[in-house]
Amino acid sequence: MTAAVTAGAPRRGQGGRRHRALPAWLLGLIGLAGLVAVVELAPRAGLVDARYLPPFSQMVSALAEQAATAEFWQALLETLRGWAIGLSIAMVAGVALGILIGGIPLVRAALNSTIEFLRPIPSVALIPLAVLLFGTDMRSTLLLVVYASFWQVLVQVLYGVRDVDPVARETARSYRFRPLTQVRTVIWPTALPYVMTGFRLGAAVALILEITGELIIGSPGLGKQIAVAQTSGAVASMYALVIVVGLIGVVVNVIARATERRALRWHPSIRREVSS
Amino acid sequence: MTTTPIGAAARPETATAMLDVRGLKKVYEGRGRTVEAVRDLTFTVGSGELVCIVGPSGAGKTTLLRCIAGLLDCTSGEVVLEGEKVTGPPPGMAVVFQEYGRSLFPWMTVRQNVELPLKEKKVPKAERRRLVQEALEAVGLSEAQDAHPFQLSGGMQQRVAIARAVAYEPHLLLMDEPFAAVDAQTRADLEDLVRSLWKRLGVTVLFVTHDIDEAVYLGRRVIVLSSSPTVVLEEVTVDLPDERDQLTTRSLPRFAELRGHVYELVQQAKSGHRPAS
Amino acid sequence: MDAGRKILLLLAVPVLLIAAWWAATAGSTNFFWPPLAQIAGTFGETWFTGRFTADVLPSLARLLVGYLAAVVLGVGLGTAIGSSRTLRGLLEPVLEFFRAIPSPVLVPILMLFAGIGNEMKVLVIVSGCVWPVLLNTVEGVRALDEVLRDTARCYRLRRRSRLIHLVLRGASPQIAAGARQALSIGIILMVISEMFAASNGVGFTIIQFQRSFAIPQMWTGIIMLGLIGIVLSLIFRVVEARLLSWYTGLRMSQREG
Repeated sequence: MTAAVTAGAPRRGQGGRRHRALPAWLLGLIGLAGLVAVVELAPRAGLVDARYLPPFSQMVSALAEQAATAEFWQALLETLRGWAIGLSIAMVAGVALGILIGGIPLVRAALNSTIEFLRPIPSVALIPLAVLLFGTDMRSTLLLVVYASFWQVLVQVLYGVRDVDPVARETARSYRFRPLTQVRTVIWPTALPYVMTGFRLGAAVALILEITGELIIGSPGLGKQIAVAQTSGAVASMYALVIVVGLIGVVVNVIARATERRALRWHPSIRREVSS
Repeated sequence: MTTTPIGAAARPETATAMLDVRGLKKVYEGRGRTVEAVRDLTFTVGSGELVCIVGPSGAGKTTLLRCIAGLLDCTSGEVVLEGEKVTGPPPGMAVVFQEYGRSLFPWMTVRQNVELPLKEKKVPKAERRRLVQEALEAVGLSEAQDAHPFQLSGGMQQRVAIARAVAYEPHLLLMDEPFAAVDAQTRADLEDLVRSLWKRLGVTVLFVTHDIDEAVYLGRRVIVLSSSPTVVLEEVTVDLPDERDQLTTRSLPRFAELRGHVYELVQQAKSGHRPAS
Repeated sequence: MDAGRKILLLLAVPVLLIAAWWAATAGSTNFFWPPLAQIAGTFGETWFTGRFTADVLPSLARLLVGYLAAVVLGVGLGTAIGSSRTLRGLLEPVLEFFRAIPSPVLVPILMLFAGIGNEMKVLVIVSGCVWPVLLNTVEGVRALDEVLRDTARCYRLRRRSRLIHLVLRGASPQIAAGARQALSIGIILMVISEMFAASNGVGFTIIQFQRSFAIPQMWTGIIMLGLIGIVLSLIFRVVEARLLSWYTGLRMSQREG
C-alpha cells in the first residue's frame, strides 16, 4: 500500500469542482460573525419581535452594565464555586467507589443492576427534596450537581477498570502486590484515560445542574440572576447572562478536553471513547 | 463482452483494448509541499487479459489504481476504459480492496452485501437472486448467506467481496492487493479462485500486488513499476502454460526464471533505477 | 453462571437497599423522612386515581413529541453538516457555543416566544435534545470508513441509497449514543419546564406537593420520576439492541480478534 503517500493528501476530488478551501479558523469566524449579524439584524428588520429577541448590540451593552456591578461578579463566583466543589466531590467519590467496585468482581456483579437502575433516575427528581432539606441554600444545588456528575464519573471508571488487562492483573497478583500497589501500578494507569473522559463528561453535566439548580431553586449564582432578569422583564440582560453561561460552558469544555488530551498523550493505548 | 477465447496462447496485438492508461501523472498538493506520486504511466490492458502490477512498496500502486477506478483525479494524462474517458467510477467496473474488513457493509448480511450493487443497477429480482446465488456458490460461500461479515474469517470476508464483484458482472475487475492481509494458506486458495473465475467469466482483471510470486503465478503479463515518482520499468510477458496450479506451476524452471527476473527488476526499482528516457 | 445465581446477583443489592430504607424509616417521626411503608401506601392513591392520565401522560406526550422531533432534526442537520467540510468549518464554533449553553436556561427564553403552554415545553425539549443528536451525527458521518465510502462510489450507489445504506447506517452507533444522551436531557427538561410554569405534568405536581408540604406524596413523585427514567431507558435499550445488533456483534468480534 502507498498509504504513506496518500494519507495526508486529499483523497477525493472532482477536478473543477474543487477550489482552495479556506482555513478552518477563518470559516469558524465567518460562522460566528454570521450568527452575530443575524441576531443583530433580525430584530431590527422586524423579523422577530425585538421585545423577545433584542439586537445583539443591546445584549452587549446590557452585559457591560452587568459587568459593572459587584452583584454580577459575586454570582459568577458562586456559580464557579458550586460547580468546582460539586465536581470535586463527584470525582473523588466516583473514582474511589469505581475502583473499589470495579476491582472486586463479585461486588461489581452484584452492583451492576443497581447502578443501571439508579443511573437513569433524573437528577431533577431530587429538587423538591433538596429544597426541603436545605432551602435556597447553595447546598441544595450542590446535591444535584454531585448526584448528576457522580454517575458520569463512576460509569467511566468502571469501564476503565474493566479494561485492565487480565494478564497484567494476574501478574500483579502472582507477585503478591498488596491491593494498594495493585491499584497504583495496574488499575490506575489503565483506568486513567477513562477517568479523564469521566471528568470531561462530569464537568459538563455539573455545570448544567449548577445553573439549573440556581434557576429553579433560587440558590445564589448566575442561574438565579437569569431568573431575576426574566421576572423583571430585563430581556437584554437575560440574554447577556445566557451568553455568559454559554461561554463558561465553552471554556469548561475546552479545558476538560485539553486536560483529557494531555492525560492521553503519554498513554500507550489509543482507545475509542466509550460513549455513555 | 469479449468473445475472444481466453485460453488462446498468444493474443494478437490488434485485440481491443479494455483499458488504456496514457501519460498518467499524479501530484499531491499539500500545505506548501507537493509530492509527485506518479510521473508518467502508459500501458494498455487488452480485453479478457489478466495483468498484474508489481512494484516496491510506496511505488504509487494504490494511487494508480484509484485513478483507474475514478476515485481520484489524475493531474495530467488520461485513463480510457472501453473507449470512454474515466472521470468518476465508471459503470462496468468492480473493485476488490485490500481492506476486506472495511469494504463490506457490516450492517448487512453476506447476501445483502452482494445484492446491493445489483439493486442499484436495477437488475430484476429473479435475475438478481440467480446472480447472487451463483456468485456465492462460485466462491464457496452459499452456506454463509445470512451471516454478517464479521462472523466470517478474513479469507471468507474477502471471498464475499470477490463474490460481490463477480455478481456485478463487471467488464473490468480491479484488485488492490486483495490478499495482502490473509494468511498464506488462504492466499493460495484465493489465487486459484481468481484464476478460475477469470477463465470462466472472461472478465478483464487488473491485479495490483507487491508479491512477486503472486504476480508471476497469476498474470499473463506483469507490469513492473519503478519507485515513486512512478514510471513503467518493464512489461514482462508470462509465457507459462495456461493451466496453472500451485504445485506444478511454481516448480517449473520457467517460473523460477520469470520470478528471478521480476525480482531483479523490483530490486532495481527499490534502489532508484529508472529506465532511460 | 447459572440462572439462579444470576438472578440473585441482579436482585440482591436492590432488595437490600429497599429493605434498608424500609427498616431505617420504619416508625420514623421525622417530617421529611416518612416511613417507606407510608410512601408505598400513598403511591397508588396519589398516582392512579386520575393523576396518571391528567399529569403523567401529558408529560410523556410532550417528551415524546419533543424528543422525536429533536432526533429527526438532529440527524437531518447532522448529516448535512457532517457531509460538507465547508458547512462543518462554518458552524463548528457556533454549535460548540449552543451546545455549551445549559439547556434549562432556554426555558425563560422560550417562554418569551411561546408562552407557557405545551408549545413552549415541547420547544424546550427539542432545543435541548437536538444538540447531542446533532453533534454525534456529525461525528458519525465524518468518521465513516473511507474504504466503505469508496466501495459505495465504485458500485455507483445513488445518492439516496448512499444516504440510507451507507451514511445513516454507518453513523447509527454514534447517532444512538447521541440519542441516549438526549433522552436523559429530555426527561430533565420535561420536568423543569413544568416546574417553571405549568398547570399539569409530573414536575408541576411534585412541586405542588413540596410547596404544600405533602411529604409522602412528594416522595411518591420522586419515585414516579425515577420509574419514568428507568422505564424509558429500558425501552431505549431494547430499541437500540434491535437496531444495532450488527454493531454489538462487530465490536465483540473485534475485541476477540
